[in-house]
Amino acid sequence: MYVAVKGGERAIDNAHAWLAEERRGDVTVAELTVPQIREQLALAVNRVMTEGSLYDPDLAALAIKQSRGDLIEAIFLIRAYRTTLPRIGHSHPVETDKMACDRRVSATFKDVPGGQVLGPTFDYTHRLLDFKLMAEGEVPKAAEADPRLEPTPHVTSFLNKEGLIQTEAEGDEIPPDLTREPLELPANRALRLQALTRGDEGFILSMAYSTQRGYGNSHAFVGELRIGKVAVEMDIPELGFAIEIGEVELTECETVNKFAGSKVEPPQFTRGYGLTFGQTERKAISMALVDRSLRSKELGVEVSNSPAHDEEFVLYHCDNIQATGFLEHIKLPHYVDFQSEMELVRKMRAEIASASAKEAAE
Amino acid sequence: MGKPEAVLSPEQEARKAWMGLLAKSDAALLAERLGALDQPKFEWLRRPEVGGVMVRGRMGGTGAPFNLGEMTVTRCSLRLATGEVGHGYVQGRDKRQAEQAALVDALMQGPRADELRDAVLAPLEAAQAATRTARAAKAAATKVDFFTMVRGED
Repeated sequence: MYVAVKGGERAIDNAHAWLAEERRGDVTVAELTVPQIREQLALAVNRVMTEGSLYDPDLAALAIKQSRGDLIEAIFLIRAYRTTLPRIGHSHPVETDKMACDRRVSATFKDVPGGQVLGPTFDYTHRLLDFKLMAEGEVPKAAEADPRLEPTPHVTSFLNKEGLIQTEAEGDEIPPDLTREPLELPANRALRLQALTRGDEGFILSMAYSTQRGYGNSHAFVGELRIGKVAVEMDIPELGFAIEIGEVELTECETVNKFAGSKVEPPQFTRGYGLTFGQTERKAISMALVDRSLRSKELGVEVSNSPAHDEEFVLYHCDNIQATGFLEHIKLPHYVDFQSEMELVRKMRAEIASASAKEAAE
Repeated sequence: MGKPEAVLSPEQEARKAWMGLLAKSDAALLAERLGALDQPKFEWLRRPEVGGVMVRGRMGGTGAPFNLGEMTVTRCSLRLATGEVGHGYVQGRDKRQAEQAALVDALMQGPRADELRDAVLAPLEAAQAATRTARAAKAAATKVDFFTMVRGED
């Protein structure tokens, strides 16, 4: 238990002033601006938006500056800000088949309509430090080719035509929102997906990796990975119709797993789904694997004791803000708690000492 | 998929298009273009307010909806001295941009519509199309042309 203590105000004020000075660093080095972070550390910004559950690149960049680059601290700042925003409404579900794709690859089909588009990827780089980036210099212009302006169809829609892949259940029921009601188990898939999108990238990655290594064995293929911008539409009550209120960059990953069939289902492919803000493909792929793993029971496939099959384990431990809050509170003053523990240990030692003294005397 | 969209009148379709354009507009370009025109008198019906909109996705891209995360949106409503009511909805937290979007929305319903279309909406649309096309052109240059390797066993 944490017991409130008083005192230390001056020390706290001084600690925060020093923090501000340390954040700034060497004043002979130019100060970072928020637009610089937004433009040049965009993947950090994307992670903070995804796990902070708020799409606003400027605010995410500010949070990264304020947190000195500690991304979990930045996510915490964004989550706290988010709670102060009045909720204007909710969007229509985004239509990812209409995405303007910067990147779109499939590991399952070589010749997909729309093609394999690599986009601005780290894949195929040699992971050698590029010392040219230590010097200022012009960036060579990226090559251009005939732009594809028509929408790119989803890869899974081709499998669907043959009936080889399980069809997603459609519906327009209002999905639960864990920013409004506490997470309760068992969770439906909508709630799980929201939790996984907000979940810590490292945790979701490790859970996904564990399924690949055999803990809740599943062999997933990336049916499709796409990154690009989609329009966001919302109903406007004062107009009586929907308008586009903006556009967001999203990463979408659809994985497919072979399924041998059950009493009621023929052999087919089952699906996992990942959707995240910005260019965050490690997270989106991980999310799709964990989504598929947590669907085992509803799909009628074997459910093991592995962590990635355990909804409670995954959902109650994937949120890095909850985890950080509980973990880090143990560094705050626990003097009264600890004093009682000390008294208990002293008493136990005294009891053992007197018991053995008595034994020796006998 | 989903509930059927209501059929909109041509006027509603046109308004939907320009409001969407304004919502995604570059604030600096909007300010520059609208700032060059005569500013109308107006009164506030709702002053600019920053809020969050919960963005939803669909499971598997086509299935039932789920909550993905929120985005920031600024909205306001105003009435011109000539009576037209304009609503501004813009992505982000720029109150000035929301005000200007609402002004354009109101002016587009009155006698100055042609002026606004030429001086504000057309350049905004051209700028958005140019950005979209430039990204699509760079993406197209990274499209893979596969060729199948023949295994050399003969």
